[in-house]
Amino acid sequence: MNTRLVEITVGLFVVVGFAAFFMLAMNVSNLITYESNEGYQVSARFDNIGGLKVRSPVAVGGVRIGKVAKIEYDNESYEAVVTMDIEPQYNRFPIDSSAGILTAGLLGEQYVGLEAGAEEEFLVAGSEITVTQSAIVLEEVIGQFLYSKADEK
Amino acid sequence: MSFSRGSRKIFDDISLDIPRGKVTAIMGPSGTGKTTLLKLIGGQLKPDQGTISMDGNNVHELNRKDLYRLRKRMGMLFQSGALLTDINVFDNIAYPIREHTDLDESMIRSLVLMKLNAVGLRGARDLMPSELSGGMARQVAMARAIALDPVMVMYDEPFTGQDPISMGVLVNLIRSMNQSLHLSSIVVSHDVPETMSISDHIYLLSGGKIVAEGTPDDLTNSNDPWVRQFIAGEPDGPVPFHFAAEPVMQDLLQE
Amino acid sequence: MLDKLQLIGQKQLAVISRLGQATIFLYQIILTMPGVLIRPSLIVKQLYSTGVQTLIIILVAGTFVGMVLALQAYYVLVDFGAEESISQMVVLSLMRELGPVITGLLFAGRAGSALTAEIGLMKSTEQLSGMEMMAIDPMQRVMAPRILAGFMALPILTAIFMAVGVLGGYLVAVHGVGIYEGVYWSLAQAKVDFYTDLMNGMIKSVVFGLVIVWIAVFEGHDSVPTSEGLGQATTRTVVHGSLAVLGLDFLLTALMFGDI
Repeated sequence: MNTRLVEITVGLFVVVGFAAFFMLAMNVSNLITYESNEGYQVSARFDNIGGLKVRSPVAVGGVRIGKVAKIEYDNESYEAVVTMDIEPQYNRFPIDSSAGILTAGLLGEQYVGLEAGAEEEFLVAGSEITVTQSAIVLEEVIGQFLYSKADEK
Repeated sequence: MSFSRGSRKIFDDISLDIPRGKVTAIMGPSGTGKTTLLKLIGGQLKPDQGTISMDGNNVHELNRKDLYRLRKRMGMLFQSGALLTDINVFDNIAYPIREHTDLDESMIRSLVLMKLNAVGLRGARDLMPSELSGGMARQVAMARAIALDPVMVMYDEPFTGQDPISMGVLVNLIRSMNQSLHLSSIVVSHDVPETMSISDHIYLLSGGKIVAEGTPDDLTNSNDPWVRQFIAGEPDGPVPFHFAAEPVMQDLLQE
Repeated sequence: MLDKLQLIGQKQLAVISRLGQATIFLYQIILTMPGVLIRPSLIVKQLYSTGVQTLIIILVAGTFVGMVLALQAYYVLVDFGAEESISQMVVLSLMRELGPVITGLLFAGRAGSALTAEIGLMKSTEQLSGMEMMAIDPMQRVMAPRILAGFMALPILTAIFMAVGVLGGYLVAVHGVGIYEGVYWSLAQAKVDFYTDLMNGMIKSVVFGLVIVWIAVFEGHDSVPTSEGLGQATTRTVVHGSLAVLGLDFLLTALMFGDI
């Protein structure tokens, strides 16, 4: 096997390997949906974040506009503080916009859904969304349902 | 020096002197560890006790780098030739030259062809080792052993299994190269006639000890029955024909 | 009774001693690295024999595994009406587990055994001794390039396996079962995380690559130079290599995916 042919095949092999890797990275993983870090951060406080995780999506009307960057717990106000990275082009959220923790589908993953408000001032980096809706915890709903049923009797 | 492998003492306190510029033969029956001796000299094995020195250097006290430097001055011919099977004859001989020198390719080409010419195989330069006969492989290995112009060459059973013509070629080569290149050669063999015809000095080893030494003439004229048996090739004598066993009648009757 | 205990003890000590020998062996090889890196032609040659020559089996295996995965996923998911999640299942299984593990096992069997046999043969024909006597270090010229090549080849092979598997899954899902093409790719994009899934899979393959070639080269170097000894050495490479892949897979999975 002469050297030249060997080297060419090895080169091809390596190239194909990298091509495969890029194909996977680009087409099959969420790499291209990684926003640049030029977006801005806003925060929101919730009583219960349910199953929300870091990197969970942030969406408006079903369209993904950012992701959850940090989840912390405030010891003094006993609330969960969720910090979100919003992509830079979505910068027209009024300051009275609301944030709720919703579930994709019936049993899907949870995400932060934003709904635009009516004010004229917009959210900027570091703003806090004050109108929030905590996650619906299934056990509580069932409990409420059973309670109300019992009440009816 | 002494050397054991496991519990078997291969060499028991032997002392050898290899004179410069001469062909020294080490002979003995199969299994006395002659190849082991070459490995000890080459530094691949360490003696349990004693020293091996070459050209003033104690082989086993050298560090890795110095040992490698010393080895460049030794050439070794393995029993099977030990050619690298994935490269052709030319590259096999060029291998040590390319590794240890910075000579450019045209110089290397001349050197390799000269060495091949010395063993008579210049025309075989493009063959692969698998295409060579046993004898030719050894000739190539010999060319490789002298590639770096060593001061000492060790031959491990060079004559074993050769047809008369290649035997003659090898015998001739060992002697003539020793003369023309001013080498010190160590030939390990049990082929008595060939070895005797080219050696200046012979050591006879058996059972881990030196049984006899001297010039070929000394040994031919020796009165030691063991030496006589070995040299003459007699089947029975001090080394018995029968492997240790009970008397024949006893064994057969024990059915 | 005591004899049995002694036997167990002996065996254990033998195992540990061998592990120690193997580690020292690896250490010696690592020491020769600077000399190897300046001779890339050696590495290229080894990349060819370990990598390129394993390519065919990887391509075939990858395609079929991907296709079977998609098929099986469909049969299960269709009961939940969730057959659109087929791509998620195929891609995640391939990237996290099947890609690195199956490629590793195939590699241990094909490239690992070939490496062991080659080195064992070099040992028995005294080529290794010959090199030493020519003042050339076989660790540097023979062993180290093979270790480097294996450790580079397996990740490449794994990436190819994953890619081909995903495509195989695509074929079955879209053209076989009738999932919409757009759904297949977009769900995969959304649900598969570059770092936790793809990169972790690649990290696994790097670890597997190193361990498999380490075992293969060591067994070859340590083999008894008879035909029987060589057979035993190649068997050990395949068996130990495969077990190591599976064991390490468990360990790495627990470490990497345990927090999700």
